[in-house]
Amino acid sequence: MIEVRDLFVTFGSGARAVHAVRGVSFSVAEGESFGLVGESGSGKSTVLRAMAGLNREWSGSMTVGGEFLGKRRRKQFHRALQMVFQDPFGSLHPRHTVNDILSEPLAIHGIGDVGNRISRGLEEVGLAPEHRFRYPHQLSGGQRQRVAIARALIISPSVLLLDEPTSALDVSVQAEILNLLQRLRRERNLTYVLVSHDLSVVAHMCDRLAIMNAGRVVEELNVERLRVRAPAHAYTKQLLRASLGYDRAEADTLEWFD
Amino acid sequence: MNTTASLLEVENLWVRFRTATGTVDAVRGVSFSLGRERLGLVGESGSGKSQTGRAILGLTAGNGRISADHIRFDGLDLARAGDREMRKIRGARISMIMQDPRYSLNPVIRVGEQIAEAYRVHTGAGRWEARRRAIEMLDRVRIRDAEKVANLYPHEVSGGMGQRIMIAMMLIPDPDILIADEPTSALDVTVRLQVLAILDDMVRERGMGLIFISHDLNLVASFCDRVLVMYGGQIMETLDASRLHEAEHPYTRGLLGCLPDLRSNADLAVMRRDPAWLAPVGGPRPGSTP
Repeated sequence: MIEVRDLFVTFGSGARAVHAVRGVSFSVAEGESFGLVGESGSGKSTVLRAMAGLNREWSGSMTVGGEFLGKRRRKQFHRALQMVFQDPFGSLHPRHTVNDILSEPLAIHGIGDVGNRISRGLEEVGLAPEHRFRYPHQLSGGQRQRVAIARALIISPSVLLLDEPTSALDVSVQAEILNLLQRLRRERNLTYVLVSHDLSVVAHMCDRLAIMNAGRVVEELNVERLRVRAPAHAYTKQLLRASLGYDRAEADTLEWFD
Repeated sequence: MNTTASLLEVENLWVRFRTATGTVDAVRGVSFSLGRERLGLVGESGSGKSQTGRAILGLTAGNGRISADHIRFDGLDLARAGDREMRKIRGARISMIMQDPRYSLNPVIRVGEQIAEAYRVHTGAGRWEARRRAIEMLDRVRIRDAEKVANLYPHEVSGGMGQRIMIAMMLIPDPDILIADEPTSALDVTVRLQVLAILDDMVRERGMGLIFISHDLNLVASFCDRVLVMYGGQIMETLDASRLHEAEHPYTRGLLGCLPDLRSNADLAVMRRDPAWLAPVGGPRPGSTP
């Protein structure tokens, strides 16, 4: 479904250039859920943004559904691939009602039957009909993220890019959103690429994952390897140990990887 | 070292906000004591954990009112202390670290100077002495090349380093108590580990009392000695951190149940909230507002 080969993303040029992504390759099968994990600055979100077409300074090759992606994307591409952002406070227009927010993708793609689609879309993400004419500030963080998911799904894409979809939410709300995403994937046979810094979220949601550090993939592994806590690469091992909680001795053994 | 003698005693603390739509009680009758230990304050957003921390230092926003039977610290009642008294305590004896160093550091002053200023204000030391101590402190929070970092501006340092600089600034007056409000939530896991190790050493080596405010149950379970679980402005239960996973209160159990687990991808338990968790607690004692 998705093929990324030798992806490079560089911001700026000359001596001050920042090499955010340095030769990343991975592929994701149809209906699979793939995780990209790393610490801040590892380039994981940049990969996602390049895939979505939010970033034009990239080189390499990317295909989605067999189609090569250029620097400019056709409208049809965006119908097949949608993205959900980290911060539901920033990603929804503050002066648009939920109804406006969900109408826009339909208008862009010239899809009719707007009223019915919106009410079905809301129902699917577990929102009540009375949420339809509310503004984002009248919704909780979890409800806003549900709106963002509904907006991505309303044009029936086959691929969903999820950029830290629950890191701004409380754990009880995170659980609801993760359950929702799991159910939607099963029901619609969606393909997910999930970016997260949280290994347990990725282990919960994904079949396979790539660990990124300093713009490179250091290791790609099946989630089973992670579950039995047996990754191969030293960086992944350290990341795993550090995510398991506080250990005074562990703090003195940290190494830097570049 | 005696860890049971309490440094701080909070009795029946209330924080009430007046808003356009009525009054909101963010903290409702919270009581606890702090020894020379790592005390975790966990809860979800809106549980009142941060407001509890702020109220101790009198940092509640202008539209809020604090009341308490007492907040006892070293023979003083902080709930009734005047502004002058509070200024002597704030920073010097009880200090606070906020979540995001980007908003807590002054963007136009070099970090070394900011740390030195904290030392000079509270000790009256000279400029040169304060600078020397500031660099020493940066060294203690394991910043490599402290001399160089002291000359940087806040935007030139990473988030993890910024938080270590904040910690250096808060610890340089050698406070008895440190209130840390989500000090590691904005940090990567490996940096988080290093920052926690610094706080841990301060508690163990200097006998500081630490109030560690966090939403992360697993972290608190592994880092703290004791944990207060807050919900709706009240304390649901108090536990030994090592026994957090044996918690009995349905709210704590609910929180633990909805954490994603490395070992499984089964659907997560969804929290069912019970209004009965929030016991009616009368109200703040009349006339106790300073």
